[in-house]
Amino acid sequence: MIRTMRLLVARDLRLALRQGSDAAMVIAFFVITVTLFPLGVGPEPNVLARIAAGVVWVTALLATMLSLDRLFQSDYEDGSTDLLILSPIPLELVVLAKVLAHWMLTGLPLILTAPILAALMNMPSGGYPVLILSMFLATPTLSLIGSVGAALALGARRGGVLISLLVLPLYIPVLIFAVGAVDASITGLTPRPHLLLLGAVLAAALPLAPWAAAAALRHSLR
Amino acid sequence: MPNRFSGHSITCFRGERFVFEALDFSVESGEALVLTGPNGSGKSSLIRIMAGLLAAVDGRLEWNGESVSQTPEDHHARLHYVGYQDAIKPVMTVRENLAFWAGLRGAPNGVAGALRIVGLGGIAEMPAQFLSSGQRRRLSLARIVASTAEVWLLDEPTVGLDRNAIGILESLIAEHRAGGGMAVLATHQPIALGGDERRLDISRFAARRQIFDDVEVGQ
Repeated sequence: MIRTMRLLVARDLRLALRQGSDAAMVIAFFVITVTLFPLGVGPEPNVLARIAAGVVWVTALLATMLSLDRLFQSDYEDGSTDLLILSPIPLELVVLAKVLAHWMLTGLPLILTAPILAALMNMPSGGYPVLILSMFLATPTLSLIGSVGAALALGARRGGVLISLLVLPLYIPVLIFAVGAVDASITGLTPRPHLLLLGAVLAAALPLAPWAAAAALRHSLR
Repeated sequence: MPNRFSGHSITCFRGERFVFEALDFSVESGEALVLTGPNGSGKSSLIRIMAGLLAAVDGRLEWNGESVSQTPEDHHARLHYVGYQDAIKPVMTVRENLAFWAGLRGAPNGVAGALRIVGLGGIAEMPAQFLSSGQRRRLSLARIVASTAEVWLLDEPTVGLDRNAIGILESLIAEHRAGGGMAVLATHQPIALGGDERRLDISRFAARRQIFDDVEVGQ
């Protein structure tokens, strides 16, 4: 079972690296959008420092969402979804493997880029460890919740727009607790409750999201 | 003892209409079942129902008399499905494409042999985007050779194949049946299966009931 999931992850990574676009596009979007804020809000350092955590996090949500429509779409179009459903392991684990590959291709690069962009936004130095920690806790949740939206939007016209309507409201708790954690650590409060809540959301999404996405995938073939 | 795969009073409902109803079928080890019927009679739908990809609105599938809906993973493990889509990733090589599907079913060692059997051995390292439609079809068939499964569900397997490849497919099915496997095919083209195959004309089960019978257009 583990071997099969490793095979799935390796395949998705290989496909993404050969096609070469997705991860790079997500990071490019992340960087460009964050750099727009100093231009729009003005280069006042205190203002930028105040909004740094929020800007980095909102942009990370949007960047993740951009990459979601490819998660199941190409398998759906070429008939691979049929064969994945017919594979000897439960479809929920297939989804989990695909989500893991998605996180490695988008979540990890986002985590690596976020501190640099936070510095660009003049974020106070106390916020960095918690920013990185919150991203490690929250980006897997983004991929998990996003997989449900991506599976539900399969076969729909303008699926990308539909995904954002389905998924962005569900990202709100993640955004609130993640930004709350960073802000708390900057103002000298403990970020612990926020991080625990982020962990709780991840713990809930880990079993529920693959289950829901697998049900949506099965339904998409009906 | 031979295994028996059967369906009882299966009714298929698709796209706002009943396609067929009260359909029974049965295949045993070593047998082949050929589904016939005009376009739109539901051959592909029946094969997808047999595979568990499509839910029948009524009826049940049985394996040796036991319902398969209780243990879908066991059912999936004993069948190979070849649909009209090839599930081929253009950026991966021919060998990588096949190795993934074979590996998923726990048979990573059958890849080279399977490619040789379907006549793709010489282009195993070529990216799959350069395959012709007939070669893509051959690659799909290599999938059912690379790993073993007792039930083959083949939806229009001969489309795009040349005479030579159809001959390969015929001998593969004969070999599969001789080894105790069973095969279900939906096809329009003549294919030699030894003359002892069962035939099922789906149009005999064409649904008579309509749900929107009485709705008049324009009201």
